[in-house]
Amino acid sequence: MTNINPIASPLASAGRAPATLATAGGWRAQLVKWRVPLSILALCLLPWVLPSKALAVNVLIYGVVCVGYNLLFGYTGLLSFGHAAFFGTGAYITGITIVHFGLPWYAAVMLGVLGGGLLALVIGALSIRTRGIYFSMVTLALAQLVYYVALQASNWTGGENGLRGFTVSKIDIFGLHINFLDPLQKYYVLMAFAGLALWFVSRILNSPFGAVIEAIRENETRARACGYNVERAKLMSFTLSGLICALAGTLSAMHLAIVPLDSLHYQTSGMIVMMTLLGGAGSFFGPFVGALAFLLMEDVFSIWTSHWQIVVGSVFILFVLFLPKGIWGALLAWRASK
Amino acid sequence: MDFSLIAMQLFSGIALGAILVMAALGLSIIFGMLGVVNFSHGAMFMVGAYAGLWVASLTGSFWWGLFVAPIAIGMFGMAVEFLLIRPLYGRSVDDPLLLTFGLGYVLVEAVRIVFGSDGIPFPTPSQLRGVVNLGIGYFPIYRLFVVGVVGAILLALWLLLGKTKFGLIVRAGARDPQIMRVLGVDIGKVWLLVFGLGVGLTALGGVLAAPMRTVNPEMGSLVLAEAFVVTVIGGMGSLVGSVVAGLLVGIAVSMTALIAPEMAQIVMFALMALVLLIRPQGLFGKSGVQA
Repeated sequence: MTNINPIASPLASAGRAPATLATAGGWRAQLVKWRVPLSILALCLLPWVLPSKALAVNVLIYGVVCVGYNLLFGYTGLLSFGHAAFFGTGAYITGITIVHFGLPWYAAVMLGVLGGGLLALVIGALSIRTRGIYFSMVTLALAQLVYYVALQASNWTGGENGLRGFTVSKIDIFGLHINFLDPLQKYYVLMAFAGLALWFVSRILNSPFGAVIEAIRENETRARACGYNVERAKLMSFTLSGLICALAGTLSAMHLAIVPLDSLHYQTSGMIVMMTLLGGAGSFFGPFVGALAFLLMEDVFSIWTSHWQIVVGSVFILFVLFLPKGIWGALLAWRASK
Repeated sequence: MDFSLIAMQLFSGIALGAILVMAALGLSIIFGMLGVVNFSHGAMFMVGAYAGLWVASLTGSFWWGLFVAPIAIGMFGMAVEFLLIRPLYGRSVDDPLLLTFGLGYVLVEAVRIVFGSDGIPFPTPSQLRGVVNLGIGYFPIYRLFVVGVVGAILLALWLLLGKTKFGLIVRAGARDPQIMRVLGVDIGKVWLLVFGLGVGLTALGGVLAAPMRTVNPEMGSLVLAEAFVVTVIGGMGSLVGSVVAGLLVGIAVSMTALIAPEMAQIVMFALMALVLLIRPQGLFGKSGVQA
């Protein structure tokens, strides 16, 4: 079969420029080596530079989603449009286990992460049977399936009204008594989880497996020819990515004390895609930059108009056209070219 | 369960299937020829419904809405291809997909600004109100009309793509755009027209579906998922596949509604999952197609 589309074969230019290759100069190697502590340092400062603590918490939570999503989209080169399913499932399981079973928060978080990861394993196994554009459509459709299931199972999920009736107010850990209702204390608790996720992703990327998924992004056929089990690597990347998104979901449930049905909707998946691309897919800190840029735009423009989405959507279109590497990716590329 | 109830539900399924075929057709044509998945497809469907509503309220006639709105939105689609998608040819296959997703986001918000966020009822045209006796039971006339229109459009498309010189160029261009360029065909113009045709058909689907669904800015998100399910089941880029899969899904949904109503929304996705397990390339898709 000849190439039927005017777009160049995905093999030719599948991936976005690898922004974190350790080979490109000394400062770059240093940056990669210190990326986790540097990122955490930046997150520590976040609540002090942003206009509100609530915004900082949101940036943190969506940053973690995008970090998870970036593993699949930025590093493996698979464009999923269904990651809201894992984010939402993590949130719902956390909420449901607290509301209906009265579990303590840490058990609820663990179950939420595991449940979301399991779902990612199932959806991933189905959708990696297809390739390219097909993959994006199938992930979107399967995620909508999860959305409708949650809508129907209203006894458990609260249906259209979302899941309510659980509040995590205090956290006692290692003898520390944390008041979860205080925004700043809450931020730093959630940040501990975000730091864990960042360390986990950095560890994955530094491993031989990390090299394999980047090889798949650059040239799937060649990776296969080199003897790597491409399907297994894709499925693993999909599952790990879903696991981190589910973690962000559990954090969101603890933060909001409500799980809105919209957290499963494909608009949420789309928002994750937009944030990741705005920040820089395939760069380590890009996802946080993207979440920050998106939510800042929302914060600023919603002062003037309730239709801020039209501004954000237009900015996104301009980025796809003129700056597909995203803010952070473009900065890294600019720094490297000097 | 008596026979006539099942037969009536079968008819409902075919009518629903006709709408699903319309929803998937534009997506499938654009993908088949250009290799672009239009993620603003659902939004175009919704914009088509609103445009139909607006023209109908201006002229006082549903028929003007049905006729003018798809042409206007089709021309808008051509502008989109020319201004936004053309610069992305030659780049990663994901880029047009991302761009059209952003476009859909903008379109939904633009419609909210112009028409408001609330749903607007779209009255069934007076000539098509009421029911007709099919011998086994009464069936809404409007749904029969929709099935007829979709049938006529499919026939016209088959003639256009199968029997005309334009259709020959389109089919050849889908196979090998480079050879067509060498032969002196302005393939860019063909893509422009095909994109306009696909978007116009989508808008027509929106106008046709409007009296059967509420018209609101979010109506496109369901349509997008439905269209994806139908094209994945039928096989990407296969028009025959879209038609067969659309009818199959329509009948499956309405039969499920009879047996277990709470499963009706879920059954089409389950069907898609099943097809992916058995035949990942879709019922009529060719295996090994990269896209």
